[in-house]
Parts: sequence; C-alpha cells; structure tokens
Amino acid sequence: MESTIKQTSSRDFASTLANFRELVVLFLTIILVIAVSIRQPVFLTADNINDILLSIAVTVIVAVGQMMAIVIRGIDLSVSSTVGLVAMAVGLTIRDTTNFPMGIAVLMGIGLGILLGSVNALLIAKGKVPPIICTLGTMSIYRGLMPVLSNGEWVNSYQVPKSFLAITRFPIFGIPALVIYAALVAIIFYFFLKYTRIGREIFAFGSNPSASIVAGIPVDRVKMTVFILSGMLAGFGGVLWASRYGSVTNDTAIGFELSTVAACVIGGVNVYGGSGTVSGVVLGALFLGIVTNVLTISGIPPFWRLTVQGLVILLAVIVDAEINRRLKKS
Amino acid sequence: MATLNQSEKKSLTFGAIFGRWEVTLILLIIIVSIVCTSLSPYFLDVTNLFNMTTNFMEKAVMALPMAFVIIIGAIDLSVASNLALSSIIMGLLYQGLGLPIWVAMIVGLIVGTFGGFINGILIGKVKLPALAATLGTYALYRGLCYSFIGDQTVANFPDSFLNIGLGTIGSTPIPVQLVIFLVFAVIYGLLLHRTTFGRFTYAIGQNEEGCRFSGVPVDRTKIIIFSLNGLMAAVAGIILAARFTSVRVDAGLGYELDVITAVVLGGVDIAGGSGTIFGVVLSLFLLGLIRYGMSLLNISGQIQSIAVGCMLIIAILVPYVTRQIRQKTRKQQLVE
Repeated sequence: MESTIKQTSSRDFASTLANFRELVVLFLTIILVIAVSIRQPVFLTADNINDILLSIAVTVIVAVGQMMAIVIRGIDLSVSSTVGLVAMAVGLTIRDTTNFPMGIAVLMGIGLGILLGSVNALLIAKGKVPPIICTLGTMSIYRGLMPVLSNGEWVNSYQVPKSFLAITRFPIFGIPALVIYAALVAIIFYFFLKYTRIGREIFAFGSNPSASIVAGIPVDRVKMTVFILSGMLAGFGGVLWASRYGSVTNDTAIGFELSTVAACVIGGVNVYGGSGTVSGVVLGALFLGIVTNVLTISGIPPFWRLTVQGLVILLAVIVDAEINRRLKKS
Repeated sequence: MATLNQSEKKSLTFGAIFGRWEVTLILLIIIVSIVCTSLSPYFLDVTNLFNMTTNFMEKAVMALPMAFVIIIGAIDLSVASNLALSSIIMGLLYQGLGLPIWVAMIVGLIVGTFGGFINGILIGKVKLPALAATLGTYALYRGLCYSFIGDQTVANFPDSFLNIGLGTIGSTPIPVQLVIFLVFAVIYGLLLHRTTFGRFTYAIGQNEEGCRFSGVPVDRTKIIIFSLNGLMAAVAGIILAARFTSVRVDAGLGYELDVITAVVLGGVDIAGGSGTIFGVVLSLFLLGLIRYGMSLLNISGQIQSIAVGCMLIIAILVPYVTRQIRQKTRKQQLVE
C-alpha cells in the first residue's frame, strides 16, 4: 500500500518536474529572443526565423524518436547512420532512375527506416541486447553499409531532379514544407504519446519497468514499437536530409545522434527514463537552433559554435539537477 | 521474484560467462589469425604484426580507464574531445610559446586530467547523469579546440617527441607505443584487480546505494576514475600527435565509440559491476587483428566497421541466448 502511494507521488513529481523544466526552457528561449532582437534587429526578420526553423526541422523529427527511446530507459545511437544510409539509398535511387515518383521516394525512405529500426527492435526486445550496445553496433553496421551501396561515390545535388529537392522546399502557406513536416510529426507524436494506449504504456514502462511488467503491460511490444518508430522517423529524416542538402556522402549525418540527444537533454527529457515531452524536445531543438543562429548573426566566428553548444547542454542539465534537488527537498 | 532472477543472473554472469569470456576471446583471436593467414601470406609477418598494433594504441590506452568507468555503471563520451583538446594545448605551448616539449607534454597531461576531473565533479558531486554530463563536455572540449586553432594545424614537433608515435625499441620491431600501452595495461590491471580502489570500483557498479551506506567513498572514487580517464585521453593525445606528426581539431573524432565498443567486447558489463582488464586487452587485439586482416584483403575502413558492429552485437547476444537456454533447462529440472 505504502509503496503504491510512493509510486504515484513520484510519478506526479516526475510530471511536474517535466512541465516545470519545459517552462524553464521556454522562459530562457523568450529571454534570449528578446535580448537578441533588441541588439540584432535582423534576428526577428521572416528570413532569419525561416533559417532557424529549417535548421532544426530534421533534428526535431529524429529527436522525437530519440526521446521515446530515452523515455523507456534506452537510447538510439543508430539514428545518425539510419539518416545517412536512407539518404544514400534514396539519393542513389533518385539519381539512377529517371522519373522516379517523389511520393514513392518518401515512402521508400520511411519503409527503409522501419526496416532498420526493426533490426534494433528485435535485438533489444527479443535478444535482450542493451539498447546502447545494440544501437552502437547497428550505428557502425549501417554506416559501413553506405559505401557498400554507393561504391564510395557521392550523390551530388546537380545529379538529382529539381522535383526531389522540392520535397523540402515548396511552400505551404508561405512556410517551407520541411518545417511543416516537422510540425506535423511533433503534433502527431504529441497526441500519440498522450492519448493512445501504447503511448501511455511507453511512459508507464519508462517510469517503472518492473511494476509495468506486473501490471501486464506488453513490455516487448512497447520496446519494439519505440525502436521501430525511432527508425521510421530517422528514415523520414533521411529522405528530408537528402532533399534539403541535395548531396549525400559517406559522412552524411555523422555525429547527428548526439545532436538529437542534446535536443532531448535540453528539452527536459529525463535521461534516466520515465519522463519527457514532445514540446520539450521541440523547445530544446529550438533553443539550440536559436543559440547557433545568434552566434552567426552576431558575427562570432563559427569556431565558437560548438563550445557554446557544449556550455548550453551542461547548463541545461545542471539547472535540471538543481531543480530536481530543490523539489525533492521541499 | 525480480531480485531472485537478478541474483541468479549475476551469479551466472560471474561463474559461467565471466570466467569464460577471456577464453572465448582467445579462441576468436586464434580463429581470426588462422583465417587471415590462409587468406593472406603477409598476415603472419612479425614486422607487420607489430606495425598493426600502432593503428589502435590511442584507443587502447583510453580503453583501460574506460573499463573502470563502465564497471561503475557510467559512461564517458568526452574522451576523444579531451584527447584533441589536451594535445592541441600541448602543441600550442610548444609551438606558440616555445616551451620545451616535455613541459608542454606535462601541461597536456594536466589539462587532460583536469578535463576528466570536471566530468568527475559533474557526475560525482553535482550528481549529473554521466551520459548527459559527458555529452556536454564532449561538445565543450571539442568546441574549445575549434576556438583555439580553428582550421589550423599544430605541427613541427621535435624528432624526440615523434619517436613516441613512430619509433621502435632499439633495433627490434617493437613499437614504443606498444610498450607504453603494455605498461599501462599492467598498472590498470593491478589497480582494478589487486587494490581496494579496484574493489570499490566493482562494488559501486554492483550496488551504489549499498556502497554509500557501508562507507565506500563513492563520490571520490568516481572523481578519481573520471580523472584517470582524462589523463589517459591526454596520453592518447600525445601518442596520436606523435604518430600523425601533427594535430588538427578533428583529432580522434568518434574514437569514444570505438573505445566503448572495445571495452564492452572485452566482457565488461555495460550495466556495470563486472569485467576484467585482461578481457579488454584481448578484445583490443582481437579488433586490431580483424581490422588488420581486412585491410590486407583490401577491405576499406568503413566496411570494416560492419564487422566490428556485428561482433559487438553477437558478443552480447550469444551469452544471453545460451543463458536463456540454460535457464529454461534448469527451470524444467526444478519443475520435475
């Protein structure tokens, strides 16, 4: 009895913390925006906002999958290689096939992503390989498959049809399609996680794995779903990456997995699992995107970008830990 | 019920797999050697074999303390960035300020240790999750490299320094860096398996809460382990700078994942609590031999990573599957 009470209270605690955490990021984002727009009027122009949104769109899409993996106490390091491999596969197909229908190209990317995600899902859910090990392995494997596919060649933007590049570029209500895709993914997954049974089960499993087994939650199915969805989103991200940049090399999206983890960490996703929100992830990515953009428009040499990003990540997690401690005390 | 299962798993890990994992690795090394020898006449060349080791010594020296980090149930993503930062500062002190190279090296080692110490403070004192903290310093340390030298290269090291990365012991084909690694391997092996500090390391990985109650200096142990990790990142930085005769900002980019792969393949449980230095050393040489063999067969580096990735997953999957089968038969016996 006592333990049940404790559990509910700790879950409430986790959700308040997550909400609170988001507010902190939102607050910081607003302060940053105000401060910068006073000093740099160019910041609030439509073009610049467009730039920021475009720069974070693919990160948001893939980070939503990453978030689900972290919520169930895992991690998906293979997303970067999935993005790269899918971008390569789709890019090569588009390049070598005349009049390839663009809708099929997108579906092909999503399908490939699901396939690659399923490999992780099976190994993790059925083979009981720890997610960090499994996805570390598949990260190398998928990256290694890229030169096998491409024979070491690149896909260059002049080799692919304009219609492929247009997938991310055509405007919907004046907003580039890529941004709309990211927004749609965020909205769909917001409702998926909040209102569907499997969505709730993901959080239940993440906040207390052993209790959720007792409660009859199909644990393996939860894990499978999360890693397949993460692969799917990374696959979608891969097509968009290829379309946005036009060129694909064997190094495409290398290190991208850590950007997605960073968006989650800044967005208040608990790295120990159990809590996290889509809106937090969007805010996390947005915050990083704004910081990067501010550095650029303030004329600070690009060489300082990573340093500042590192400091931002560290600050975010330190603030997080501090709030955590204060709340626990009170 | 859950605890029962867990303790059963622990004892199985220790008795059945832990004891045999090193044997498995040795068998794999023998198999790989036989296969490669039959495929390429150059494989069993003594000079080649010694040369081959120089390709992964930077990762090898970092894998030793990383074993400690993973045994306490943590992880360190920042080592490769720390490697780059400490070697760049070393290079700048030598080249820019004209300090003697040995002073620059010592400062480099201090910088690396300090980088690790910061991780240790963040994780041990501020109680940040290791993944989040080292992800931050991963970006921060690499970022500082860019801030310091941008797209420049630090080079023009003296010959005596380059000897660390390129030289051999006397007229033998034994590379200097291999000797450095072996000395460190013995030191870290003794530290883990023969000292109180090593026992603390295992104990924290097994049950951190319990350690706190029984007076194990958990926070201090963590800080020391992360500082050692930083120190060895700086050692790796020196070896890398000496081997490539220059340092750029992308020095050692992505090494952290290779290091973690080697440690896990060496039988260190990613959940913490078990593993040996001997296993890590064997897995380093196994991975080195596989890459060397594939290079002799003209298989490119990126494709080699497919094999490494598969090995990593199989290494975890196979013990689990055998354990599962064994448990099933045991349960059946109990039922009967």
